[in-house]
Amino acid sequence: MLINPTSPHQGDSWLERNIVDPSERHDSPIVLETKQLRVFYGENEAIHEGDLKFPEHQITALIGPSGSGKSTFLRSLNRMNDGVATVKGQILYRGVDVNQPEIDVYEMRRRIGMVFQRPNPFSKSIYDNIVFALRRRGVTDKATLDEIVETSLKQAAIWDEVKDSLQKSALALSGGQQQRLCIARAIAVQPDILLLDEPASALDPISTGKLEETLMTLKQKYTIIIVTHNMQQAARISDYTAFFNMGRALEYNETSKIFTRPKVQLTNNYVAGDFG
Amino acid sequence: MNPKLSNRIAISVLYVISGTIIVILAALLGYIIISGLPAINWHFLTSPARAFTSGGGIGIQLFNSFYLLILTMLISFPIALGAGIYLNEYAKQNWVTALVRTAIEILSSLPSVVVGLFGFLIFVVQFDFGFSILSGAFALTFFNLPLLTRSIEEALAAVPNAQREGGLALGLSKWETVTHIIVPAALPAILTGVILSAGRIFGEAAALIFTAGQSAPALNFADWNPFNMTSPLNPMRPAETLAVHIWKINSEGIMPDAKAISSGSSAVLVISVLAFNLLARFVGKRLFKRLTAS
Repeated sequence: MLINPTSPHQGDSWLERNIVDPSERHDSPIVLETKQLRVFYGENEAIHEGDLKFPEHQITALIGPSGSGKSTFLRSLNRMNDGVATVKGQILYRGVDVNQPEIDVYEMRRRIGMVFQRPNPFSKSIYDNIVFALRRRGVTDKATLDEIVETSLKQAAIWDEVKDSLQKSALALSGGQQQRLCIARAIAVQPDILLLDEPASALDPISTGKLEETLMTLKQKYTIIIVTHNMQQAARISDYTAFFNMGRALEYNETSKIFTRPKVQLTNNYVAGDFG
Repeated sequence: MNPKLSNRIAISVLYVISGTIIVILAALLGYIIISGLPAINWHFLTSPARAFTSGGGIGIQLFNSFYLLILTMLISFPIALGAGIYLNEYAKQNWVTALVRTAIEILSSLPSVVVGLFGFLIFVVQFDFGFSILSGAFALTFFNLPLLTRSIEEALAAVPNAQREGGLALGLSKWETVTHIIVPAALPAILTGVILSAGRIFGEAAALIFTAGQSAPALNFADWNPFNMTSPLNPMRPAETLAVHIWKINSEGIMPDAKAISSGSSAVLVISVLAFNLLARFVGKRLFKRLTAS
């Protein structure tokens, strides 16, 4: 059930859109910024325009109903939509527009890592899952690799569970463990930003809790942008929240404000559980 | 009719059908092996065939069959792997790709005798390879490529897309992702495709009669220089395979023990294919374990 955003019955106090600039109220620099981002699937425009700024070492949650474009938006940020969709506009990563053909997309994806909805460990050992991308980049020193495996798994809060079985298949782990392994795999290549696309949607509540704890500690080192269907999750872990609806970012603000004093009527309806 | 009864009837019918298939299969295999086993001994497996007197063996034919199989696989597997990777990982889904797929399907339904005559005209006559193992291997490549490509493509398609995204998201190129993640993950299924096509190649006769020839000149198994005419490794020599040998004995064999040799050869053929399957499965499992640590 969608409610017309310009419904006259709600009075004039509601804004149609309200996007804040975190750099005005926060000390952290902006690491990622989108300008006039538009995404097309063929003729069909999935994202109309998204102008958002993501502050460093903060967790930003993207929320919104199914089909609102939040996942499409996220996947455009590290160009996972290349060849699938047409992305127009600018994606500024530390001032550099990475949405340009001449950008080294592989190096860019190393710095802007991604974790997906369903855990997707490779059918290799736990150890090889972590070091695979490093080996491909020419890191072969055993001691270095061992150290990276340990620190990555520790940061992803899964070291204690797997340290004795590093040579076992990653597919033998539980879903929650697999997802934390995927996070460890993503941070092993030392990214700057982590994009997470509904990382807990396939997990049980206990695994979700562990994953959230992990993310809370990870934000000290990484900037995290997470798409979530779960509004409680967004409220629990994120510093900023963007509300998407029908391919548009309608409201972007500090999470506490989005959930307590939304300025846009549709945001209010959504966080109150009226639709979505 | 109540659902319980109809379910029971359906299950019974299915049991009867599958039972019939198993009985037919077992009877066939049993007949071939039981009637062939008495003829099989070390002498039979290692000595050359005799045209007019009894006591001939199938040593050269057996070797030819394996050599031809290996040679065909060496030629067709890389091509099929490349084509499968291209079709599943790189090709855009448009009418050109659809046309290629249709062409592959049509090619796979060509009668093997047509493939043999085609191979005869192209390789034996036009390229002047003569009746040779090489001509046979090329003809069998044509015969084998469509199905092998198809099965490799399907094996790759069965690997979830999330694996590809996982590789790309780590900053790996598409090629690295395909060669180091997707192909290893698809390996057991690829191997099954290879085994199935190997069985077909091993038992193929019609495509070889006009290409690899129907004669098996004496070989010197002490000479492994592939440029010598009597060397078993020489790819330019005519080479009658086991399957062709069976066909030939049954159509024009004049040796007194033709029937025994034919039964023995058939049993050896069946047992070889069986052994090859088991071996390939075993190797595949080991390989998969080493690649995936599972």
